[in-house]
Amino acid sequence: MTDTTPQQRVKFYQTGTHTIGNRLLDETKRTVQASMERANAITSGHRACQGCGEALGARYALDSAMRVTDGQLVAVNATGCLEVFTTPYPETSWQIPWLHSLFGNAPAVATGVAAALRVKGRDDVRVIAQGGDGGTTDIGFGCLSGMFERNDDVLYICYDNEAYMNTGVQRSSATPPAARTATTPALGDAPGNVFGTGKNLPLIAMAHNIPYVATASVADLHDLEDKVVKAMSFKGARYIHIMVPCPLGWGSASNATINVARLAIESGLFPLFEAEHGEVTTSNKIRRQVPVSDYLRPQRRFAHLFKKGPDGEIDTDRIEKIQRMADANIRRFNLITDDGEGETAK
Amino acid sequence: MSKPLPFAITLDPGTSLANQTGSWRTERPVYLDRLPPCNNACPAGENIQQWLFHAEEGDYHAAWQKLMEDNPLPGVMGRVCYHPCEDACNRAELDEAVGIHVVERFLGRQAWEHGWKPEFHADPSGRRVLVVGAGPSGLAAAYHLTRLGHAVTIREAGPMAGGMMRFGIPKYRLPRDVLDYEIQRIVDMGVDLQLNTKVEDIEAAFTEEGFHAVFTAVGAHLAKRTEIPAHAAGRILDAASVLRDMETGDEPPQLGRRVIVYGGGNTAMDVARTAKRLGVDETMIVYRRSRKEMPAHDFEATEAEEEGVLIHWLRTIKQIDETTFTVEKMKIDDSGRPQPTGEFETIEADTLILALGQDSDTEFLQRVDGVEVARDGVVSVNEQMMTGRDGLFAGGDMVPSERTVTVAVGHGKKAARHIDAWLRGKTCETLENPEIATFDNLNTWYYDDAPQTVQSALDVVRRQTGFDEVLQGLTEDNALFEARRCLSCGNCFECDNCYGICPDNAVKKLGPGNRFEFKYDYCKGCGMCAEECPCGAIKMVPEDI
Repeated sequence: MTDTTPQQRVKFYQTGTHTIGNRLLDETKRTVQASMERANAITSGHRACQGCGEALGARYALDSAMRVTDGQLVAVNATGCLEVFTTPYPETSWQIPWLHSLFGNAPAVATGVAAALRVKGRDDVRVIAQGGDGGTTDIGFGCLSGMFERNDDVLYICYDNEAYMNTGVQRSSATPPAARTATTPALGDAPGNVFGTGKNLPLIAMAHNIPYVATASVADLHDLEDKVVKAMSFKGARYIHIMVPCPLGWGSASNATINVARLAIESGLFPLFEAEHGEVTTSNKIRRQVPVSDYLRPQRRFAHLFKKGPDGEIDTDRIEKIQRMADANIRRFNLITDDGEGETAK
Repeated sequence: MSKPLPFAITLDPGTSLANQTGSWRTERPVYLDRLPPCNNACPAGENIQQWLFHAEEGDYHAAWQKLMEDNPLPGVMGRVCYHPCEDACNRAELDEAVGIHVVERFLGRQAWEHGWKPEFHADPSGRRVLVVGAGPSGLAAAYHLTRLGHAVTIREAGPMAGGMMRFGIPKYRLPRDVLDYEIQRIVDMGVDLQLNTKVEDIEAAFTEEGFHAVFTAVGAHLAKRTEIPAHAAGRILDAASVLRDMETGDEPPQLGRRVIVYGGGNTAMDVARTAKRLGVDETMIVYRRSRKEMPAHDFEATEAEEEGVLIHWLRTIKQIDETTFTVEKMKIDDSGRPQPTGEFETIEADTLILALGQDSDTEFLQRVDGVEVARDGVVSVNEQMMTGRDGLFAGGDMVPSERTVTVAVGHGKKAARHIDAWLRGKTCETLENPEIATFDNLNTWYYDDAPQTVQSALDVVRRQTGFDEVLQGLTEDNALFEARRCLSCGNCFECDNCYGICPDNAVKKLGPGNRFEFKYDYCKGCGMCAEECPCGAIKMVPEDI
């Protein structure tokens, strides 16, 4: 970590550095979100649902990018919730230069913006492209792959809420197995989304050998801001994949957004890691490991796993299958230290 | 408004601030201060969470001033209080309770090193109050009355101030320089302390001397006795006199070679440990019930045993023949009472020290009209700590209470408030306590694991042979660490979680020390702030719809 990172682990300060701010921490080491001067890239009055993880994740990422670029930033947005709830004509919640074109072309538009800025000699202005999982893993995937392959100077951020929420919760290629959506109903022998398909976009991005790939979560702001700052220190194509729970689509309580995201990390289902030029460089250790059922149970999209059949017994087979996915992540990304201690440290 | 726009023309973008999403809300978050369990448990009414808050920042002076608003004796309290605050501490469910007493003791030390004086402002009221007895209760009352602008005189029958803090608590638990320093600081505030002055006539204090109010806190110094058949018994002493002689006598009291202490309270432990330090060959405690039922605090018994005191549980002394003590074994019945078993044994000893509790010497109050005195000397007081005689208040061990230093200090503070109100012709309002911050109110994800700092103790050989203080204080680093273990239950400590976590940007940060406020025009009522508040300082309440 460089000295400019907002991350500083302070041992035994009342809340360590797990909270957004900490009055005992040096001002320069506090998070952007703790600052009274944060950019508030998305201001109040937007139409996102109560407890929206995406509204939060986007503000976290963009405020951080605004600070590190000193406000010299352009954002290009794919179609999706984030675009729709922030810009109902003629209002906008964006307090940064912001463009929207189509559902599938955000990476290409961002490439164009970066090229135009280069032509104008404005190498101080940086470009971010962003979209939901549908716009990223399905519809915009070709443009994104091209952007990676050309190594255009764009940071692409995917806010992953694991389905097409804006249009009524249809399955995307980022929808997890067993999840109920409008197009994968909880009916029949294998209710919800099928096992064994879908795309792991962080790994696909890594396969393009781009300079920087990371996963982040709204449940760990320090880590998220740290990764945005790190990403902005590279030139070329970069990718950050941020988990943003959707209370509407996931069927979780509006006040549980952070907690659900946290349980995804702590169960091992959503590993937090960084990769440079195709190789994993760091992974965050699980702090207090939980079984996947702790993560699945508060979400109604997985309710069928806990009341299978007329007698309402638990679908242990398929929960066990999901547990194996978490265990595989734990092995693959080394999420638990050898001595079993789970203190978050890098 | 300018002229109407034609259909489908491009409008300039406006801000979404025009859209007041607060109208979606069915529940609203509100900030509140819940009562931390430590504060709730403190007999002296200290605002522990608040003074720890300052100590966490390393602002020990502010922490000490906050502490001094409620308790004038931090150095004493940090050593001798049985810290019910720590028994109530929510952190115990996480790892271990915060070591509140060690931070308090550290602050007491800091005040001494820097010569801090309590800061307060009070206009002289022109009223004079007499305090009878210079124990913890009387000293606390004098201190608080002075802070409230009254002129206070303390009359103490004994040769030194401190009461049971001096004559009941041995030096190895409370070094006398600490006690002397904190008493002197109260005297220096302008309190007139008159030693060797026994008050006999309360009415005269009102009528002849013109005191406007009197607070009596004479404690409980008369040792209780018991009848034991004895033939030519050896020396029989009482614990209170032994401990008093340790302070006032030119020479330490002469004890025999084998000493039995009879009783199971803290005083029994104190006197047994004192005897051990005076070089007695064998010190034993005889107590009629078991360890579980003893009134002494467990650590006192543990420390006594560490020092080599032998405790005979479940025994009563039936007879004494010179140096042979016949004791009967007891057993505890279903109702928790000791019952004789008819089995006997003998113990050899040459000295018996009775530690069976103490009564109050309140004879001087029996002559006062309206004052109710029970047979054991205990005086009745009302909610305002006033006796049946108008303007005569009482507190400490002489009124029905738990009889600890901290309770006494709390009585002093409470009495001072009521005396102040009474002198001004008002009644002191008792505020309704806010709801208590329970462990369930907390989101403990946010707190780091941090076990309690261990307070180092003197080695046993030195404890058996001298009166040096047993428990050592903490260094600044350790004290700061300990203070920062506080979870700040129910009280905002400005962690910025609500400010950062709101997806609607509907929390306004007001800057250091000023906390936050909700922008209800935009708050959608999702409840994330309340859920993710580490300390339980936000509550969701239903909207009137």
